[in-house]
Amino acid sequence: MMRIDECPTHELNGIKYRCGRVQPFGASIVGNSGINFSVFSKDATYCELVLFHHGMKEPFIRIPFPEEFRIGNVFSMIVYGLDIEELEYGYCMDGPYDPEHGYRFDREKILLDPYAKLVSGRNVWGEEPDWDDPFQHRGCVILEDYDWEGDKPLEIPMNDLVIYETHVRSFTKDESSGVKYKGTFAGLLEKIPYLKELGINCIELLPIFEFDEFENSRVVDGERLYNYWGYSTVCFYAPKAGYAASAPLGLAADELKNLIKQLHKAGIEVMLDVVFNHTAEGNEQGPYISYRGIDNKTYYLLTPDGYYYNFSGCGNTMNCNNAIVRNCILDALRYWVSDYHIDGFRFDLAAILSRDENGAPMTSPPLLESLAHDAVLGKCKLIAEAWDAGGLYQVGSFPSWGRWAEWNGKYRDCLRRFIKSSAECGPELIWRLKGSPDLYGNRCAEASINFITCHDGFTMFDLVSYNEKHNMANGEDNNDGSNDNDSWNCGVEGETDDKEILSLRHRQVKNAAGILLLSRGIPMILSGDEFANTQYGNNNAYCQDNVISWLDWNRLKKNKDIFEFFRKMIAFRAEHPVLRRSDFYSGENSSGYPELSFHGARPWEFDENSPFLAFGFMYAEPAVDYGTVEDAFIYCAVNAYWESVSFELPVIPDGMEWETVAYTGDDKAKYDKAAGNSVTLMARSLMLLLGHKRKSTRKGGKKNV
Amino acid sequence: MFDFKVTENAGEVDIVLKGRLDATVAPQLHEELSKLEGGDIKKVTFDVKELEYIASAGLRVIVFTKQKLGADTQIIMKDVNKDVMQVLEMTGCNNFVTIL
Repeated sequence: MMRIDECPTHELNGIKYRCGRVQPFGASIVGNSGINFSVFSKDATYCELVLFHHGMKEPFIRIPFPEEFRIGNVFSMIVYGLDIEELEYGYCMDGPYDPEHGYRFDREKILLDPYAKLVSGRNVWGEEPDWDDPFQHRGCVILEDYDWEGDKPLEIPMNDLVIYETHVRSFTKDESSGVKYKGTFAGLLEKIPYLKELGINCIELLPIFEFDEFENSRVVDGERLYNYWGYSTVCFYAPKAGYAASAPLGLAADELKNLIKQLHKAGIEVMLDVVFNHTAEGNEQGPYISYRGIDNKTYYLLTPDGYYYNFSGCGNTMNCNNAIVRNCILDALRYWVSDYHIDGFRFDLAAILSRDENGAPMTSPPLLESLAHDAVLGKCKLIAEAWDAGGLYQVGSFPSWGRWAEWNGKYRDCLRRFIKSSAECGPELIWRLKGSPDLYGNRCAEASINFITCHDGFTMFDLVSYNEKHNMANGEDNNDGSNDNDSWNCGVEGETDDKEILSLRHRQVKNAAGILLLSRGIPMILSGDEFANTQYGNNNAYCQDNVISWLDWNRLKKNKDIFEFFRKMIAFRAEHPVLRRSDFYSGENSSGYPELSFHGARPWEFDENSPFLAFGFMYAEPAVDYGTVEDAFIYCAVNAYWESVSFELPVIPDGMEWETVAYTGDDKAKYDKAAGNSVTLMARSLMLLLGHKRKSTRKGGKKNV
Repeated sequence: MFDFKVTENAGEVDIVLKGRLDATVAPQLHEELSKLEGGDIKKVTFDVKELEYIASAGLRVIVFTKQKLGADTQIIMKDVNKDVMQVLEMTGCNNFVTIL
């Protein structure tokens, strides 16, 4: 039966239309041949729908919204007979232009729909746009009927995650990746077998919302620099078209959904790094893309005289706790969870999300509370980068409602310092190994995302290869990027053939990774660290679309020992639930031993409040408590000292014996019962031992690694 | 310009696609394939030798066919050129069709 509201009531130049539906916002297909366009603006006095054929500079029609098509602050209309594969759309709005009072309407500007599900204009990464085109970022309509074949978000328990942070383009763009569709979602898909082999179960993607790689683009020493990382959103609902090999065919959404579906089939969750704290429109001099031309006063935090607050360090600040913007963010996240099956989000500069409309931090920010309690987001992971560029630092105090985890910057700093022999960091390291109960004591260890490196800063190998940042290629006279890296080059700055130094660097990478993967809390690894990827000392590669950022897969073969160490430690973590316990318990358990204990060179003799460089820590994992195959003790000896150290091992129950699982030293040392109940670790090394039943007394069971 | 031809014989359906299968013509093909009934049909072969273009709407007709006829019906694409093959690979449609 034909519905009455499927009949057009108006016609302009052969295009038929009628009053639309206010919800949902954006462009959505209705009936057999209609597209419903709906857009909010509180202060606009006039709105026009502008329709283009794909890539054309001039629209084929402009349809003003009649007054009867506006309900409240929403303009909506249904247009019939459009070819969605060829269609691009935008809006023109009019209203007051009075910047001092926050109004910036300009009827000449064609504006992107904030709810556009796909954006064209940057379909092929790095392809120079036509700068004369008055409409740079164009809304497109997609069919939202993807065949998920029964897939849904995986809902892996948070405490079981091993997160792998990567950049879609960097991951496979280099020739050495060996994939067919380099630098794209389809290329990442080709690497799923590799990710499975490594053993991670969650991939966190640097921003994949549509952004403009040409924002602040420039040429330095003949090299084009881009907005490479993409921490500057053009549209919160659209995948970055330039990351899709199929974007020229309008299939970016399908390509990304296929990637997510296949990652899920491989048991790997997908987490997105999302940027809601600011947009790509910059400050007062920035371009009109969308929000400032649609409702400037709603979308941005403005000073009393109409300038943009800049808590993001990027020119503007989203007005996140305004009801309209809050709903826009919530709608976007719900969309990514329901339509893309995203498993979680990491919020860039999330402290901004707790600021009120005047920029002041709130104790119970409505947006964060809404996110924590939202129905659709109910099972997805929420992770905060709990600081902002305006000086608000909330690590350990981010308003969480028990739902939010945080990037634990203190874990990163402490571990970096300790492994380069800062003994004074020893006592703090004890807290970090426990899951940081000093920070998250009223929550749980899974609130702590433990990491040593991330996209922002040195790679792990550069952390042990450079004392100083080397960012000249960024064209900012080496003034950009952090100066506080807590790095140590192991004797010579940068690349070297010196075998001793290289050997030490390999040990240090493994030492750091070993502690990370044996700590309580959620480990996060920067992609490429598992094969000693380098950025040649650049600790802020935000603009480098070249070998500085692209993973060099040749290093996987060259540094196979590091890859194998990561793989082994990830597998070990997966096999031992005691490492993943989230409630900070370290008291005595069914084994009769403390569940997590700390030791000096002699067991049980340790002053954890005084500086130290060598220590051991032991987990007791009774099978009856953890449902494992057999009782186990996990002992890790850590020697961050520059000379060898002997460790006497704790006595474990009769019938059990120690076995070396992993050792980062080069001297092939391992536990030898005949040589006594101790192990000697060479300078700057780590040894992991497993205490389990003697083979002669075992009834069978799984091999541990 | 798009053209198609559907022939059915003894549980096997052959569909020849020619030209550009875009959003303006996909509904015609969709309507025609809606007439197919699962159960008796064991194999559907899309001959795409002369298919020049397929994107969002066209792929959905293939997916629709697979869903309508059920898991027991084999979906085959024959004589797939390089461009069409790339579209299938990039979107994952190659996972459920047999490429000949």
